[in-house]
Amino acid sequence: MSVSEASSTSTITYRDALRAAIREALLSDERVFLMGEDVGAYGGSFGVSKGLLAEFGPERIRDTPLSESAFVGAGIGAAMGGLRPIVEVMTVNFCLLALDQIMNNAATISHMSGGQFAVPLVIRMTTGAGRQVAAQHSHSLEGWLAHIPGLKLLAPATLPDARWMLGPALRDPNPVLIFEHGGLYNMEGELPGDAGPVDIERAAVRRPGEDVTLIAYGGTLPTALAAADELAHAGIDAEVIDLRVLRPLDDLAVVKSVSRTNRVVIVDEGWRSGGLAAEVSARIMEQAFYELDAPVARVCTAEVPIPYPQHLERAALPQPSTVVSEVARMVGSRV
Amino acid sequence: MIKLPERKHGLELLRQMLLVRRFEEKCVELYSARKIRGFLHLYIGEEAVAVGVMQALRPDDAIVATYREHGHALVRGVSARSIMAEMYGELEGCSHGRGGSMHLFDADTRFYGGNAIVGGGLPLAVGLALADKLAGRERVTACFFGDGAVAEGEFHESMNLAALWQLPVLFCCENNRYAMGTAIERYESETDLALKAASYEMTAWSVDGMDVVAVEEAAHKAAAEVRDGCRPCFLELLTYRFRAHSMYDPDLYRSKEEIERYKQQDPIPALVERLRGAGLVSDEDLAAIEQANADEINEAIEFAEAGTLEPIEDLERHVYWEGAAL
Repeated sequence: MSVSEASSTSTITYRDALRAAIREALLSDERVFLMGEDVGAYGGSFGVSKGLLAEFGPERIRDTPLSESAFVGAGIGAAMGGLRPIVEVMTVNFCLLALDQIMNNAATISHMSGGQFAVPLVIRMTTGAGRQVAAQHSHSLEGWLAHIPGLKLLAPATLPDARWMLGPALRDPNPVLIFEHGGLYNMEGELPGDAGPVDIERAAVRRPGEDVTLIAYGGTLPTALAAADELAHAGIDAEVIDLRVLRPLDDLAVVKSVSRTNRVVIVDEGWRSGGLAAEVSARIMEQAFYELDAPVARVCTAEVPIPYPQHLERAALPQPSTVVSEVARMVGSRV
Repeated sequence: MIKLPERKHGLELLRQMLLVRRFEEKCVELYSARKIRGFLHLYIGEEAVAVGVMQALRPDDAIVATYREHGHALVRGVSARSIMAEMYGELEGCSHGRGGSMHLFDADTRFYGGNAIVGGGLPLAVGLALADKLAGRERVTACFFGDGAVAEGEFHESMNLAALWQLPVLFCCENNRYAMGTAIERYESETDLALKAASYEMTAWSVDGMDVVAVEEAAHKAAAEVRDGCRPCFLELLTYRFRAHSMYDPDLYRSKEEIERYKQQDPIPALVERLRGAGLVSDEDLAAIEQANADEINEAIEFAEAGTLEPIEDLERHVYWEGAAL
């Protein structure tokens, strides 16, 4: 899809939308380049960068050795040297090999240098389970990374966000981590004509409702929306909020919704202990405790490394039915 | 045989090494007086390395250094007063007080930090060099790190990437024979570090890091290869740390005899003797250098004593970029 074609409505996958965003960035800013494992000749391990090597050449679509720490660190250095790198890390599990660079350099250099050096870097990575790839390729570690001051974290969960989040992320002078849920790449739908850059400061209401707020992000947005549909059949009107920005969190959007619905379920593919859902829950407690008619509820991933067999993996992950049961328990009705 | 420098340049090398030595000696006093806190890693004994290498760098080259970087910053031209103020944790410091001894930064001299994760600066240097290469700039990124870094994965990943992509990085391995308190024979299967580097298909050789003239000559040669050939180069600079690892280190892992033996190779008296032997330095020259350095250091201390602490209201500043759009 060319950039100009994006201005009219078209059917597109999440993967294609990400590719169109990268392509637009490469075309509009010569400082932008993409680097990572298998982004070039292979076309990206999830097919996101397919065709870009042929169009932009090996200088700007750089295949790297399997050296996460070196190429993430090189992205930091290149950003400090005036370029606008997009670094692709194959999965969030692999980013642990580069955590030193992300935590000790990208997140700290602006501060340690007293504001002398910026790190305008974008790191994209796949996150999440649901593809039976077991306990070293399936985790949702966004919560760990959201712990770190100095980073910004984004989780595109819709086609427009996949298409129009990268631009503002690249324009941001800070290190921005973008989490693409592996289960979303094949999501297909109509992409509205150019919706303009995504507001990467704010959460988004994906479904307005009055009775309960479901808070989700990334891979759990479809889960929450499916749960909301089911709840609608039972006469419960759920509002669905897509956090979209995982750091800094948009407290206002959450508090505003909870203050209206008075009930909230957080749906998070991370583990419950010390995760993002815990953080969101604490903020609701701090800022909207007296608005609540029921304790904040969480639907998270079971506290196990993700198992291989489909039935166990499914049982480990947040499902629409679990969300529906939580809401039913909360409102004291049978759904 | 390495040629002696001209008189003027010889005196300048001496001045720089003495400035670093005297500055750090003062830092020890100020540490005892509790003016400087936290970690303080002294470069005493290793001055010939930073001084020698810096001679080969140009103003638009970049430097990535370690937590033992007072000398590198001083010789690069970061002012003594701003370094001292940084150690005092003040706004006037070269990192506005946020970094301290281990995190000296200075945009004006392209000094990209004091990195306190062993090996953590190498990928950064690779990236700075990549930016230069892609922008077509003929610049060198000099990356200093210790022998201990050679055991880190980031060292090997960075060497491979720099060689694979032919990036203009001058890798300067300051081999002081200890990774904190562990002797190199006790943590490396191959202690010839230049040999290790050469396996990544880059020019690499070892230099007597206690001889500033030898270091300078090697650095010129290596920097020329990096700059003109646009490819990485590796120098192993054999040196020795006379003081403990940090102010907390009781130095139990090496003998006094060993330290004394290496002190016989102190790069500063060694240069003085050679210059004196050739009639290139007089006692008056030496006294004048010492006086000028003492004045500069005293002025730096006065500056830091008069410095200002950042208001606590500003605690959360600089976590995100506050400057103009990039």
